[in-house]
Amino acid sequence: MMYTKKVIDHYTNPRNVGEIKEASGIGQVGNPVCGDIMKMYLKIEDNVIVDVKFKTFGCGAAIATSSVSTELIKGKTVEDALRLTNKEVVDSLDGLPPIKLHCSVLAEEAIRSAISDYYQKNGMSKKDADKKCGVKDKSCEHCSN
Amino acid sequence: MSIRYFDHAATTKLDSEVLEKMMPYLTEEYGNASSIYKIGSSARCAVEDAREKIATAINAKVDEIYFTAGGSESDNTALRGVAYANREKGNHIITSKIEHPAILNTCRALEKEGFEVTYINVDSDGIVDLDELRSAIKDTTILISIMFANNEIGTIEPICEIGKIAREHNVYFHTDAVQAVGNLKIDVEELNIDLLSMSSHKFYGPKGVGALYVRRSVKFNSLIYGGHQERNKRAGTENVAGIVGMGAAIEKAYKNFDKTYTYLLKLREHYINEVEKKIPYIKINGHRKMRLPGNANISFKYIEGEALLLNLDLKDICASSGSACTSGSLDPSHVLLALGMSHEVAHGSLRITFGVDNTMEDVDYLVDSLCEIVNRLRNMSPIYEEFLNGKYSM
Repeated sequence: MMYTKKVIDHYTNPRNVGEIKEASGIGQVGNPVCGDIMKMYLKIEDNVIVDVKFKTFGCGAAIATSSVSTELIKGKTVEDALRLTNKEVVDSLDGLPPIKLHCSVLAEEAIRSAISDYYQKNGMSKKDADKKCGVKDKSCEHCSN
Repeated sequence: MSIRYFDHAATTKLDSEVLEKMMPYLTEEYGNASSIYKIGSSARCAVEDAREKIATAINAKVDEIYFTAGGSESDNTALRGVAYANREKGNHIITSKIEHPAILNTCRALEKEGFEVTYINVDSDGIVDLDELRSAIKDTTILISIMFANNEIGTIEPICEIGKIAREHNVYFHTDAVQAVGNLKIDVEELNIDLLSMSSHKFYGPKGVGALYVRRSVKFNSLIYGGHQERNKRAGTENVAGIVGMGAAIEKAYKNFDKTYTYLLKLREHYINEVEKKIPYIKINGHRKMRLPGNANISFKYIEGEALLLNLDLKDICASSGSACTSGSLDPSHVLLALGMSHEVAHGSLRITFGVDNTMEDVDYLVDSLCEIVNRLRNMSPIYEEFLNGKYSM
């Protein structure tokens, strides 16, 4: 299997690894059974994502997609961050092997989940926040665990 | 910096003395072994000389050795060849859940053709359940196929007992010995083995050549139709250079057997002891004693195997993992799952297989690199964080 130079760069030197104390929103998606878990921390001020950190349990592609996603949403408004698609994540890495595409979906979902958490912390119901952010009931389409 | 290669169960480096013995047959001695003139008959002599070396290594007779293109072809021929030739006797085959895909996928194909296959369970060390094996045998059973030693976890199966059981019930016994040949002493007579698969590139020989041992009394069909080669059992012009290389490699492996075995054991034990001492939250997979001398399979909890391999590769270390990401599917290794291991722990497995060119200094470099990488990956793992907070364990 071949990874692009950008994927290698991101899993070698992942950006924004860590946690944010008193984060505005935290999202965790994935399942250890499948071998991928992403946890995304957002710090939001005046509707802008001013800081973002992540932790990931997973393969090289999972680490790279988490890392590049944090770069893509940092400095953006919440609404712009919600518009991020897994395709943009893949494109910004110059592509992923087909079997690894689900990692990019997971990154997109981790961001949605973290923003939903932010809305909920600001008084929105879970149902409305999840709907607004497009959070699915099941984060992983490959397993029902 | 040169690479540090710890993946000898995947393949080995061709031995330079072996290559030297192959060279004439890749250059001047290019004759077809079936031809009558001098360069033909010299090729024939070389093939038969290699056959004798292979027969000697496992205590077989020369006419019981058939050359193939490798381990997978040997396994296919053993299973399908015996199944088709003995159909009037029965349609039942017994194997284990931890076999190589060359066995498991052949069995699945045979099931589609009307054969019945029983897949025997293994215990948490990977040892085949002999009681289950015994009770699985019935009137229609024609073949038992159990691997000599497992390619992932290194566990050595109780081949002697299985051979006895098969003999008592008058059932043929095949063993996939691809990982065992060169690493363990094998006597097909003493062990009651009727068919045995081997592959040259696992013991410092060339790729693309293997052999199948078939006891004289065993009925089996040819899978490749064509010329009269290999006594009408495997058509195709002989891979003379490859066969010569395989013969030279097996001879050398058993000439140096005691020295190599002791050396690999020393490297492996040093590695396992160092990892146990320096890295917490690990699990050693496979049987602690009944295992191949060069195999160590360890799960590093709370991290994922492919990420581990990629980081090792950045340090020019070659190894292997049973994680889903490296198995080419969404599930981790079928072998690790058959041991009763959870998906989570299986995802973090690392297989290290030592070889004759590794040094103690290589092992120390490997352990130091692992300490650093495992620590870094754990620090970015959300489940390790949960574990440290007492919210998660595996």
